[in-house]
Amino acid sequence: MSLLRVDAVTRRFGGVVAVDGASLNVPKGTITGLIGPNGAGKTTLFAIISGFVTPSAGRVVWKDADITSMKPHQRARQCISRTFQIVQPFAGLTVLENIAIGAYLRHADRSEAMRLAADVAKRVGLAAQGGQQASALTVAGRKRLELARALATEPELLLLDEVLAGLNPSEIRDIIPLIRAIRDDGVTILMIEHVMQAVTNLCEQVTVLAQGRVIASGAPRQICTDPAVVEAYLGRGAAARMQAHA
Amino acid sequence: MSPRGLMPMLILLAALALVPAFGSNTSINFLVSALIVALAAQGWNLLGGFCGQFSFGHAAFFGTGAYVDAVLQARYGVNAWAASAVAIAAGAGVGWLIGFLSFRAGLRGSYFALITLAFAEVLRISANAAPITGGATGLLLKLDARAANFQFASRGVFCLIALTCVALVLALSVWIARGRLGAQFAAVRENEDAARALGIDVLATKLRAISLSAAVTAAAGCLYTQYFLYLDANIAYGSWISVEALLAVIVGGISTPAGPIFGALALHALGEVTRLIARGVTGIDLVLFGLILIAAIAFAPTGLAGLASRLRRALG
Ligand SMILES: Nc1ncnc2c1ncn2[C@@H]1O[C@H](COP(=O)(O)OP(=O)(O)OP(=O)(O)O)[C@@H](O)[C@H]1O
Ligand SMILES: [Mg+2]
Repeated sequence: MSLLRVDAVTRRFGGVVAVDGASLNVPKGTITGLIGPNGAGKTTLFAIISGFVTPSAGRVVWKDADITSMKPHQRARQCISRTFQIVQPFAGLTVLENIAIGAYLRHADRSEAMRLAADVAKRVGLAAQGGQQASALTVAGRKRLELARALATEPELLLLDEVLAGLNPSEIRDIIPLIRAIRDDGVTILMIEHVMQAVTNLCEQVTVLAQGRVIASGAPRQICTDPAVVEAYLGRGAAARMQAHA
Repeated sequence: MSPRGLMPMLILLAALALVPAFGSNTSINFLVSALIVALAAQGWNLLGGFCGQFSFGHAAFFGTGAYVDAVLQARYGVNAWAASAVAIAAGAGVGWLIGFLSFRAGLRGSYFALITLAFAEVLRISANAAPITGGATGLLLKLDARAANFQFASRGVFCLIALTCVALVLALSVWIARGRLGAQFAAVRENEDAARALGIDVLATKLRAISLSAAVTAAAGCLYTQYFLYLDANIAYGSWISVEALLAVIVGGISTPAGPIFGALALHALGEVTRLIARGVTGIDLVLFGLILIAAIAFAPTGLAGLASRLRRALG
């Protein structure tokens, strides 16, 4: 069953067509990857799914209901939670307070929210930094905080926008099992990622976006050898050259 | 804020409660004025400190509280307590409306601050012209010192009532700061997009903050009316109260529940002293306030409360 469906969505910014008739299906319980070269429109598509950007055309369907005109906070309440590629911490608050704001979405009680925040902090490996100002975190710490806050809202769909970018290989190795564990807890995940090792490792299916259009979608292994995808990344004729090389 | 962090504040409030019993009329007058400003500042802090929306126009709420209270009594013979209750509600309503108009239009930062100033000025000019407010001659309430009239023969009793209001709003502020509403205010203050992504309705949250803030500042206006029994447009809607409410918070410590009270007392004490020293130099206290604001922003951005906790840490 598909939890989220994006139907022929288009978004223009002035003359730029950031997303161009893109469609996407996210089945419940999966980890779906969204990849594509820089400027392909991935983040814009996330913003459309989470309600921050309204599409010029097309629909977003959540559990068979059209949510195209729903506000971001309402979508969060409907269990769609996103992280930001450019991290957006509550800089003046502590790490735990940051996470608690996510937790407060479903828990009015302070002690419950704080307990959940502490649990989530431990889970993403931020337990030791709980009392620190969010602004004092390292890049890796901030990425974890993005993930933690989103997780604390207890989502059904988690939209991860390059949470591995800027992390070193050992940090990436730490986070991959965490993402898988989140999925195993029943959270469906749609992730934008440039780190191909993570994509092939985690994703059951991958959608490739280039210049706003979906150019391929399928299993990661299939995608990597798809000529259209290779060309989107490496330029016209690259697939043929690689073929010749091999 | 931890209960332990509030101890100095509670001790101070208890000490102030002794002033009416032992202090002179002058000291009680001083304290009542300072407490009225403290209450207005506590209101400002709920919106400016907690929710990050700086207003230059809290006179709009102070004046609405003061005028609604006074007009209902003077023109319609409404009981003073009932009039005060209506006045506080009216203040909240004006707050909501100003918030709705400006926040929905997406005004933030200095744009929001300036629009609140404009609203307060419009109200001041209107109150100065309208017959119902007594226009430029102002509005005098009949002196009839009975508790049923929210007037007291003893200044001390009134002082205790003002102190109680401040203490109640302090409790309310601490309660908000520790709960979900305070977390939502802080989230909106720190990062609106992140707040949205976590399910916070930013507009509704700001409207809650401004209504609450306006209600508290309107209550300060009611106290003013009941204590001085005279109002004109420059008192009620004048920029003095906007400035003092904001300054008390910045000097006292922004977004801490106790900051506005420290700030208002410190500022008032300083204002009195300078008026005494530089007698006859009109506006000297305003010059001083300006200098204090600059000094506070430059050297103590977390205010007296922050300075105090830094000192505590420094001394171990
Ligand atoms: N708010 C905006 N206003 C104008 N143009 C925008 C806006 N947001 C995105 N764009 C443009 O839309 C295109 C797609 O941007 P987007 O950020 O979605 O790409 P992306 O696939 O996430 O890229 P990256 O991998 O670099 O994060 C880019 O050309 C970008 O400049
Ligand atoms: Mg992006």
